Amino acid sequence: MSENQIKNLETEFEARIARDEKIEPKDWMPEKYRQTHIRQISQHAHSEIVGMLPEGNWITRAPSLRRKVALLAKVQDEAGHGLYLYSACETLGISREELYEQLHTGKAKYSSIFNYPTITWADMGAIGWLVDGAAIINQVPLCNTSYGPYARAMIRVCKEESFHQRQGYEIMMTLANGTPEQKEMAQDALNRWWWPSLMMFGPTDAESVHTAQSMKWKLKRKTNDELRQQFVDQTVPQAELIGLTIPDPDLKWNEERQSYDFGPIDWDEFWQVVKGHGPMNKERMKARVSAWENGAWVRDAAVAYAEKKKEYKSKEAV
Amino acid sequence: MKNKTLYNYILGIADNTLILGQRLGELCGHGPSLETDIACTNISLDLLGQTRSYFQYAAKIKGEDATEDSIAFLRTERQYVNVLLVEQPNTDFAYTIGRQFLFDVYHHLFLQGLQQSKDVNLSAIANKAIKEVGYHQRFSSDWVKRLGDGTEESKQRMQNAIDDLWRYTDELFHTTESDDEMISEGVGVNVSELKEPYYNKVKQVLEEAKLNVPESKWFQKGGKRGIHTEHLGYILSDMQYMQRTYPNMTW
Repeated sequence: MSENQIKNLETEFEARIARDEKIEPKDWMPEKYRQTHIRQISQHAHSEIVGMLPEGNWITRAPSLRRKVALLAKVQDEAGHGLYLYSACETLGISREELYEQLHTGKAKYSSIFNYPTITWADMGAIGWLVDGAAIINQVPLCNTSYGPYARAMIRVCKEESFHQRQGYEIMMTLANGTPEQKEMAQDALNRWWWPSLMMFGPTDAESVHTAQSMKWKLKRKTNDELRQQFVDQTVPQAELIGLTIPDPDLKWNEERQSYDFGPIDWDEFWQVVKGHGPMNKERMKARVSAWENGAWVRDAAVAYAEKKKEYKSKEAV
Repeated sequence: MKNKTLYNYILGIADNTLILGQRLGELCGHGPSLETDIACTNISLDLLGQTRSYFQYAAKIKGEDATEDSIAFLRTERQYVNVLLVEQPNTDFAYTIGRQFLFDVYHHLFLQGLQQSKDVNLSAIANKAIKEVGYHQRFSSDWVKRLGDGTEESKQRMQNAIDDLWRYTDELFHTTESDDEMISEGVGVNVSELKEPYYNKVKQVLEEAKLNVPESKWFQKGGKRGIHTEHLGYILSDMQYMQRTYPNMTW
């Protein structure tokens, strides 16, 4: 293809996106669009799968049967999200094995929030309320993103996430209305998860390298800082409602902006965790890699059996 | 308690689904593939859902302050009456599948019987549960075949699991005192009658899976009387941790 032809295709492509048309797997797309989408969708899929671990940690210890069942169902939903996000990613011409390989070797990233430990039951509430709450704010705009398979997957993901968020908030509310020990447990979880949740929106706009291109392709509709502000404004009244205190001495309502001002984020901690040195990075990766390696013989057996079955059938046919 | 026998009888059913559901819950997020992870979690969810129905009914019978949770979480080790099979660990995926298969075949036959129970609560639970368990049995039987007739390694692992778990199968067909009373009232299932169809079905699947049917005649028992393997204590210390550490709270 001549340079001119490519240029024409690119112009037409950008025009389609501007008209809010969906790009489908068989459509022509610039290589950079494909790569960016593989990166983002797989990162999202990996986050779902790694995100199963901190919550899975409490399934055997959930305090009631109702909570145990709800937690299991939630973690299972995350596996389901992983499954359809990997499928969406595969439509861009990359296999699940390659995607796992990228995760296991550290080439692909996942949300840093899952590198924090879940040390008490209240963390199940905090994760649902704050982490899923932040995820929804990040993800709702993606329901309209330009790449069709991703947008469709996100519609389903967002519906389930908002259910998870309510469930998490309800756990926190129950604890906050409970005994002094329970209330303390809830406050402690909020203290530990608040700042990492704010970091989920990524670096400040000034530092974010992908924002401009992503906005153009409608992979992003608002900047990191705008989304972070939306999260703070939404969450502070929810904390007040159940009598918990946001662990930020600088938090203050700004009448003029009609928004909350909040204190500085510890970006050193953010980069430390992103670079693989958070409290649980090593453990999370180890758990994923060992599930994958210990499962190799099972997957091999399934393939071998499927082949034998084909043989049996063709013999029967003769 | 007015109907202690019925209460004990329900524990004999629901402790199996509780402990097996708990065991499967350990695996969530660690399965050999996303698809099997989701399937095992599904089975766990079904079993725990059934457990809740049984215990809610048992709590009504027990009266006083009993709840599904006090029954599930606040008994001591000797008061759990699940069969030994369901408390065996997830040594590897073959053990998980083997344990599931050996229980599912029994569970399905048992629920067929329970559907005929004169106790309308129990027959209603059985009617709902049997559809779920039919799926469990298909899933575990398919995997026994896949692993048994897959690669050399999977065949060996599946055979090991079946050989090791076989000794816990006979206990499924022992009747307890509450069983006998409930059977005579038309409420309970006579599990001793399930033995023949059980081993027939199990053998059929193992043969299709090209696995050997174990010949050992040495079996273990005790779960139904609350005498367990060493595994149960650890299961309970996880499962009961919150209820024991923070007693009398709402979650």
